[in-house]
Amino acid sequence: MTAMVKAEGVHKSFGHVQVLKGIDLEVKSGEVFCLIGPSGSGKSTFLRCINHLEKVNAGRLYVDGELVGYRQKGDKLYELKDSEVALKRRDIGMVFQRFNLFPHMTAVENVIEAPVQVKGVNKGQARTRALELLDRVGLADKAGSYPTQLSGGQQQRVAIARALAMDPKLMLFDEPTSALDPELVGDVLDVMRDLAESGMTMVVVTHEMGFAREVGDSLVFMDGGVVVESGNPRDVLTNPQHERTQSFLSKVL
Amino acid sequence: MTDIKKTDRPADTPPTGPEAIKAIPVRHYGRYVAAVVALGILGLLIWAFAGGNINWGAIPDYFFNDRILTGVRETLLLTLLSMIIGIVGGIVLAVMRLSKNPVTSSIAWFYIWFFRGTPVLVQLFVWFNLGFVFEYVNLGPVYKDEWSDFMTPFLTALLGLGLNEAAYMAEICRAGLLAVDEGQTEAAHALGMSHGKTLRRIVIPQAMRVIVPPTGNEVINMLKTTSLVAAVQYYELLRYAQDIGQTSGATVEMLFLAAAWYLILTSILSVGQYYVERYYARGSSRQLPPTPLQRIRANLLSLSNRPASTGGTA
Repeated sequence: MTAMVKAEGVHKSFGHVQVLKGIDLEVKSGEVFCLIGPSGSGKSTFLRCINHLEKVNAGRLYVDGELVGYRQKGDKLYELKDSEVALKRRDIGMVFQRFNLFPHMTAVENVIEAPVQVKGVNKGQARTRALELLDRVGLADKAGSYPTQLSGGQQQRVAIARALAMDPKLMLFDEPTSALDPELVGDVLDVMRDLAESGMTMVVVTHEMGFAREVGDSLVFMDGGVVVESGNPRDVLTNPQHERTQSFLSKVL
Repeated sequence: MTDIKKTDRPADTPPTGPEAIKAIPVRHYGRYVAAVVALGILGLLIWAFAGGNINWGAIPDYFFNDRILTGVRETLLLTLLSMIIGIVGGIVLAVMRLSKNPVTSSIAWFYIWFFRGTPVLVQLFVWFNLGFVFEYVNLGPVYKDEWSDFMTPFLTALLGLGLNEAAYMAEICRAGLLAVDEGQTEAAHALGMSHGKTLRRIVIPQAMRVIVPPTGNEVINMLKTTSLVAAVQYYELLRYAQDIGQTSGATVEMLFLAAAWYLILTSILSVGQYYVERYYARGSSRQLPPTPLQRIRANLLSLSNRPASTGGTA
């Protein structure tokens, strides 16, 4: 299997605060890759680096073999233009903790927005596809609802459908269930499980250890901006080697 | 006694007694006293005006006078054009202020500081009197003319009002753009949308909800502020009304007439503003706010002391 995401010594700081202090990891094509760790450990920041919402300060980050945010010519790096960055983001879907649905559009309008505006798909086709996607996340009957009329879990599922509408090769999930009421978490996880079974490459920042254990193919525990421990989720979660992993898991499990 | 009907109040009903409560409602005697006092004062005022030497008949006589109608047209035209200058200028200034370029953002800051900090009447006089400083308008080979020919009263009025308005609109637009959650921009970018598309499709439609209400106020304000340009020899509603007043001897009557026209125009504008606001509120609240008709009905219902079922009568 080829690497969908490859990080080599990725550093990121905000002002004087160093958030990522050299991340090395590899996400294989088709796998579900879970990132866990205490808040402030840099896992969300790393996720946001993957689609260049944050600029990497040092190190190299590759998606599907291509450098993120820069072009290398000889030994010089050139920053990519905004339009080039946008072009690459088309292939990377992202789901946010706070859903970030467009509140002035209905569910189906949210889903067709990017295909129509970015890829130039005709509206009728985009709509048919959007309705299929909404059906897939179990919300066929909510196509005409505005985000405020939907529950958090429903909003998050629309957000997943919106990301899928661009036919991404990689999906990023930034704590997709953290802002949800406990009884709504299951619906969203079901959709993600279904997506994983379809073979989508997924990088998931999560606090749902159950999901990581059942669905995850790889798992990384981050703390203080570094990867502390990584491996098979079942091994790491049941038999953590590192002391920091043990203390973190003892608190959340 | 009023015709207060006792209605069912299921919320107040204790769980054991399913029978609806029939109680005598509290009498608000204070309200009756206040109403009587207010009506009394109103009556005095009407009586005072009725006793004044006012030729009320002059108002309907001149209401649709040709010169008055011309004045109304000029006032509307000036309001429209000044607001266009103001809104376009305001958007440009807002984007300049929010840009990362320190030169453009400082220039925008300075512009807003200057035009908001000086009275619009002073600005109008300055534009009007610039002819004392500049003899010619000289734009090299493009345009050259004597200042007094170039700076007509119309242009003076337009520049004075429009450039002043741009400073206010800039702050309104900036507030609107800043009010949109950053997550919206991120979500749009993550979907591969460009900056321009994100601004146009995602940010501005949401900013409009914040921008429209104060802009409606600005339009209404502008309509009234146009009356100031009478000071720089531009003929609009007030100026024509004053002229007629002087020649016909009905000075005060013509001022009332002008006031009535301003009231009519601002009322029409507020209704328009209401519907524009309603349009941009879609998606932001579960239920659209009631239309004025629905609201009036709700108010009438609440007058009869029944809890109004429709919202928006706060």
